[in-house]
Amino acid sequence: MNSIPIEQILFVSTALFFIGMYGMFTRRNMITMLMAIELILNSVNINFLAFNKYLYPGKLDGMFFTIFIIAIAAAEAAVAIAIIINLYRSHQSIDVETAEEMKH
Amino acid sequence: MNAEQIIFYLLSAMILGFGVLSVTTRKIFRSAIWLLFTLIGIAGLYFWLELEFIAAVQIIVYVGGIVVLILFSVFLTQQSGLQMKKPRQGRSVSAILAVVIGFGLTYLLIAQHGFISSTQPFVWSMEMIGRQMMGTKQGGYALPFEVVSMLLLAAMIGAIVIAIKPKAIEK
Repeated sequence: MNSIPIEQILFVSTALFFIGMYGMFTRRNMITMLMAIELILNSVNINFLAFNKYLYPGKLDGMFFTIFIIAIAAAEAAVAIAIIINLYRSHQSIDVETAEEMKH
Repeated sequence: MNAEQIIFYLLSAMILGFGVLSVTTRKIFRSAIWLLFTLIGIAGLYFWLELEFIAAVQIIVYVGGIVVLILFSVFLTQQSGLQMKKPRQGRSVSAILAVVIGFGLTYLLIAQHGFISSTQPFVWSMEMIGRQMMGTKQGGYALPFEVVSMLLLAAMIGAIVIAIKPKAIEK
């Protein structure tokens, strides 16, 4: 386990976070933006577990935070998809550029 | 380089490669499938960290639940073979610039911090997780557990209320 330093795991999670940010910046479709949010949440989970395992091996708090983040991400995805389907019914599109009534 | 390092680099390449494909491909159905492979790679990374319980939760909730939900919403809202519009040239370039600069600064901070890894072994068991999850003493997670259960109930009711057809309410 100690053959890989913690910085390399943090490299992976940081890169995954910014891949998700790139998706948030460039995508205009609501479902693909939701996928980018999932990538960001997963990178946070990797961070929590790596810190728990490498820096505080006597505790389990990183694991609990990961479990709670996974539960909240599932709830968030369900509500977001309900909103997207409702928006598709009223606008026939899930592009964020077409949903601008509440912009002003 | 031993087998442990080779497996770690393979899993990292899988996560990052499929992640990049997932945010850049222009067909939405393929994007969801690449996301699926990214999440499986992350579950593999948890197995590599010897956290089998979290890896199992990751596969059950993300791969079995959220990706299937996303695929269904793709089927419900548009033709999955359709190509999405290309992002505008200026927006794409500025997004790449912002992401690369942000990654560089963040990794600079991480590399300069100098983490001191603990030498004692990491031990966990399902019994320890269960006792601390339900514990009400110092360090117990009983209150967050209850709050999350209320949140899941609220999300379930909210999703049903939002997605219900307006005609059904009028009747």
